[in-house]
Amino acid sequence: MERILFGDNQFFGVNHMSEDKARAQAMQFRDTPSIMRVLDCAYDHGIKVFMCTTHDRVGEIADTVRRNSRRYPDFQFYPCMPYAHKYADSVSEVGIIDTIRRFAPGGIMETLIKGAISAATQNVYKLMEILVDAEMKRFAGVRTPIIFLQNVVTDLLLGLKVYDVFAAFSEHIQRKYDAEAGFITMNLPMLVNALEQVGIENPIVCANINKIGFRMCGGIDAYRKRLRSQRCRAIAMSVFASGAIPPEEAIEWVCNLEGVESIVFGASSPRNVRHTKELIERAWGHGPAPAAAV
Amino acid sequence: MGIAYERTASTPDDSADTARGGGPTSPPIRVGLIGVGKMGISHCAILGAHPRVAIAGICDSATYIASALRKHTGTDTFHDYRKMIDSAGLDCVFVATPTSTHFDAATCALERGLHVFVEKPLCLDPVDSMRLADLAKRRSRANQVGYHHRFIATFRETRRLVQAGAIGEVYHISGSAFGAVVVRPKSGRTWRARKSEGGGCLHDYASHVVDLMNFIVGPPERVLGAHLRRIYSKDVEDAVYATFRYPGGASGQLETNWSDNSYRKMSTTMAVYGTRGKIVADRQECKIYLRSGAEFEQYPAGWTIRYITDLQPPVAYYLRGEEYSAQIDAFIDAVERGTAEHENSFASACETDRVIDLISKAGQ
Repeated sequence: MERILFGDNQFFGVNHMSEDKARAQAMQFRDTPSIMRVLDCAYDHGIKVFMCTTHDRVGEIADTVRRNSRRYPDFQFYPCMPYAHKYADSVSEVGIIDTIRRFAPGGIMETLIKGAISAATQNVYKLMEILVDAEMKRFAGVRTPIIFLQNVVTDLLLGLKVYDVFAAFSEHIQRKYDAEAGFITMNLPMLVNALEQVGIENPIVCANINKIGFRMCGGIDAYRKRLRSQRCRAIAMSVFASGAIPPEEAIEWVCNLEGVESIVFGASSPRNVRHTKELIERAWGHGPAPAAAV
Repeated sequence: MGIAYERTASTPDDSADTARGGGPTSPPIRVGLIGVGKMGISHCAILGAHPRVAIAGICDSATYIASALRKHTGTDTFHDYRKMIDSAGLDCVFVATPTSTHFDAATCALERGLHVFVEKPLCLDPVDSMRLADLAKRRSRANQVGYHHRFIATFRETRRLVQAGAIGEVYHISGSAFGAVVVRPKSGRTWRARKSEGGGCLHDYASHVVDLMNFIVGPPERVLGAHLRRIYSKDVEDAVYATFRYPGGASGQLETNWSDNSYRKMSTTMAVYGTRGKIVADRQECKIYLRSGAEFEQYPAGWTIRYITDLQPPVAYYLRGEEYSAQIDAFIDAVERGTAEHENSFASACETDRVIDLISKAGQ
């Protein structure tokens, strides 16, 4: 797993601190070339991984990378699925069954529904696979060594206690895409326990890890304990807590936390990409080694 | 001319609502879910992660989610909520069915002595809402409605400051919500697209805004005018614009639109104007402006911005937003205390339903 990853919130109007900033960023990144300019900068500074939601626009970025394989020989995507708002709004609009019909590739859902409604309703695994495959279509021909379940879905399944779906997701990702499954969560300690229960040892988990404990459910101490115990490979996100912590202080804290393997961050300008990467490298340069092998 | 509040400074952290009655050895609260659609499934997950709750039954008229949950979690499932209420040994129910069915389900549960959480809005007819509020009070059962915006700390701080008189006499409040739910013609095949079942932007988006405005400054006495506008839907409105008048003469304006593609998700904003300053709040920020000489507690004159990262108390389990877990924590707490007196009760939701009804009539 790469240690420094580039995130995508800033490209799609996601800002947990300010709706004004989110709107300004949505305007700044109104088209794919404006996103590529920042991604190119990150890539040229040695950040080879783009960890991104399966937003429609990401399909265009994958197309660009695919078409220009000489320009991006080492570019990797870590897709995070699904883009939840697409599904949530659709469920409000047309209901659960029609949402599945809308996003699953043509015919498969129809066959399931027409064939036997009970088969479709009971076979959650099959449905999961269909939806994953639909989301993965846009990444055909590009490298996707780790494929994540978004936190809305991870945490929903966690609360519902349908842990077996985590195992099914993991197996499907490995079997079909020769990739490893990752799980984004706001509830890391609870999730790691659940994943262990279904036999997923030392999972890749991506969670908010920041000095002020923002959206670290279970509390900072429980996070420290899990990270130190080497029971997961952790990717820290939201390390700045959406801007609530000054960059130097935020990076120094997270880089010195035992058991954090990777950091994902987003930036809107080449200057911030460079600055944040330098801060991380400097902090890791004289911080403790990560808990597990990279 | 407006809504007068006496300035009463207090410590900033009196909004937390986290007292707990049940100890670790108490038996878990047994919950039944009526309706596991979009909101029901979210409640189901939050309740499933709650350390003092056991999900004892799930009821849905459609088999899809219920049967999958039965298969994967072993939870008992029902087609008829009456059967579940009679046989599952419940302490409380969560009603997350179309609004038109809330009254019957909540009445049935209350009459059998259960505590009841109902999704918003409470009822389509404010007379029914009143009857439910009376019934819950007579039975001393916890009775909460899912206006989760009241558990977002930026809005709680807005209310606290307004009611403490920090911005002086309130002369105007503006509430808005925008989002992208219905964004194309001919869409909408669920109950949310049918007026008779409680669909439409008024009962969906605008109800949150009305409730939040009520939370911050109290309910208006009149709706002076309203415009319910269809954009894409056939049977329901997609946007609601209304003007309120409050006791004391303050004015209010509501603007909601669920067909606005420029929003990634529902975005709710409150702006409150007073003689000493103003507050603009959304779910991320609470921006406070105080006039020179109107400093209050730690807030100096001029602008202060407080962020959600600083204001929101943590929750034990997170799904979609702290407010969803916080409202359920508050309800479970009320169940454990066996009280009908708590935040977001049927009584306060009645006021919201009354205003919704006034908007509906003014918009005809």
